[in-house]
Amino acid sequence: MRISTLAWKNIIKNPLNLILNVLLFGLGIGLISFLLLFNEQLKDKFEKNLADVDLVAGAKGSPLQLILCGMYHIDNPTGNISIKNATPLLRPLHPLIKLAVPLSLGDNYKSYRIVGTNHDFLGLYEAELKEGNLYKGDFEVIIGAAVADETGLKIGDTFVSSHGFGGDDDHTHDDANFKVTGILKGTGAVIDQLILTNTASIWLVHDHGHEHEEEHTEEGHVHEEEVAPGAELINPDTGEKVVKNSNEELLMFPDKEITTVLIQYKNKKNFQSLNFGRNINENTEMQAASPAIEINRLYSMIGVGTDALRALAILIAFVSAISIFISLYKNMRERKYELALMRVMGAGRSKIFNLVLLEGMILALIGFVVGTVLSHAGMELLAVYLKKGYKYTFSGMTFLQVEWILLAVSLVIGVIAALIPAYQAAKTDIHKTLGEK
Amino acid sequence: MIISKNLSYAYPGAKPMVFPDITCDSKDLLLVLGKSGVGKTTLLHLLGGLITATQGEITIGDQSVNKLSGKQMDTFRGKNIGIIFQNNHFVQSLNVLENIALAQSLAGNPVNKEVCQKWLDRLNIGHKSKAYVHHLSQGEKQRVAIARALVNHPKLILADEPTSALDDVNTKEVVSILQEQAKEVGSALVIVTHDTRLKELVSNQVILQ
Repeated sequence: MRISTLAWKNIIKNPLNLILNVLLFGLGIGLISFLLLFNEQLKDKFEKNLADVDLVAGAKGSPLQLILCGMYHIDNPTGNISIKNATPLLRPLHPLIKLAVPLSLGDNYKSYRIVGTNHDFLGLYEAELKEGNLYKGDFEVIIGAAVADETGLKIGDTFVSSHGFGGDDDHTHDDANFKVTGILKGTGAVIDQLILTNTASIWLVHDHGHEHEEEHTEEGHVHEEEVAPGAELINPDTGEKVVKNSNEELLMFPDKEITTVLIQYKNKKNFQSLNFGRNINENTEMQAASPAIEINRLYSMIGVGTDALRALAILIAFVSAISIFISLYKNMRERKYELALMRVMGAGRSKIFNLVLLEGMILALIGFVVGTVLSHAGMELLAVYLKKGYKYTFSGMTFLQVEWILLAVSLVIGVIAALIPAYQAAKTDIHKTLGEK
Repeated sequence: MIISKNLSYAYPGAKPMVFPDITCDSKDLLLVLGKSGVGKTTLLHLLGGLITATQGEITIGDQSVNKLSGKQMDTFRGKNIGIIFQNNHFVQSLNVLENIALAQSLAGNPVNKEVCQKWLDRLNIGHKSKAYVHHLSQGEKQRVAIARALVNHPKLILADEPTSALDDVNTKEVVSILQEQAKEVGSALVIVTHDTRLKELVSNQVILQ
């Protein structure tokens, strides 16, 4: 009979103790494991979606909100900015800017955001078409992989958008029919859950019925009145045809609005680049925010909560270690005759020591398994909730390398809790113990 | 076979206890008689190697027990000495058969459950092999303890007050079972007791004073 078998039988002999120890230990380890899983996936989502964007420009307001809206499509926009104001950012050949991608928000379909942008947006996330073609004309859209999966939209399908971001069907633009021309491959990034169209389509949806209220400035007047957005245009300065869906085209409509501009610098380390955001904030009606900085700020804010939870988890793990210690110690005392007897039957001190140690480790191992199941089930539950609320896909089915470390830590806790009882058991004087009764 | 010479043992701060020399051949039975408090259990523990004598020498088979280290003694005891205690302790989480098998395993012998079952059958408790020990009566427990002491075919069997709780009929029966089985296995059997009823049953006697 192996001592592991005996250790196991000793443990299941005491089912109530077993349940208490394992639940307590599982709770502590599970909470730690859950925090690791959640943090890892959250970080992964945030980092994947950074898309090498150095700066986001938008309307003044909370910089974090600007990032959450413009980069992660969670929060609402801080407002819109006029193209006139954004002109310096959108103009080609800007000395600092490698790429500027304008985004226009305001509509959704079944709470998936419709983003008016140009084709450069795909490049930010290295997204490729799975089928169909990129949008060309107004009201043509390509949809992300998650949108395609969840809504069942296929190429050629048409749909009507709703105003806002909440999937509120009461306020639909029922005369604007979007048509799906392409579906993107899954990237794991935020683009999976977006519907992309050209900027003009967003304008058309929203300008409908408001045209008379609009003020017209000198520059915008010509285009506003005579050319519908998205129609073929000639650049008055160069006399050349303006490329559809380009920034150049947007610049023809200085009075129109967009929501944000995502900017990649030519040189991130450049001194001027470093000051570029501050210049925008101080000298324009726009706001600029750095995604990396804002996300770090968000981490540190969430961090307080996760730190508190982690402290609680460690406390629970500690209490459970004490609980394992107490029950092993109590068991060892109750079984001292039986342990002495095993010595009589030929078991050396080391065998007795190992037996008790093994019992601690088995308890910890079961606790770890329970904890892991709890944390992954919890993560899966949270994933359902997050999917509903934010369209982000989290999963309880991903396992991390660090969980192996957690297993090792669990076993070490089991060993530590068992160390004193094991030592006591091993050094028990068999002559005295057996002579007592 | 067991031989002890000039054995004495001193508890800390007490006068040393001196024990008479004993000899018991294989297949023989030796009765060590003595009143309470004369050191019967101490002698049994000395002979079983649970404590080391202050002076004197014990030889079991060809082995001089004094020369063994603690760990060697544990191994030697497991293989060569079967002890039946006055209060029979068992591993509570194991059933009867597994308790016997544990004795094989701890002695370093291969576990053979058929052999264990045979021993239980021989002691007429084969039908209880799957029961847990705390469900057994005192008499049944004692039989299991005997089976456990014999399963490794030890050179020496030590029995501490095996009959103190039994009536006359059962006393006779237990002694004859012990004697019979020890003979079969070829062990020397030493019974340590204050039970004077055994005086008439066993001729080979040493009296502790």
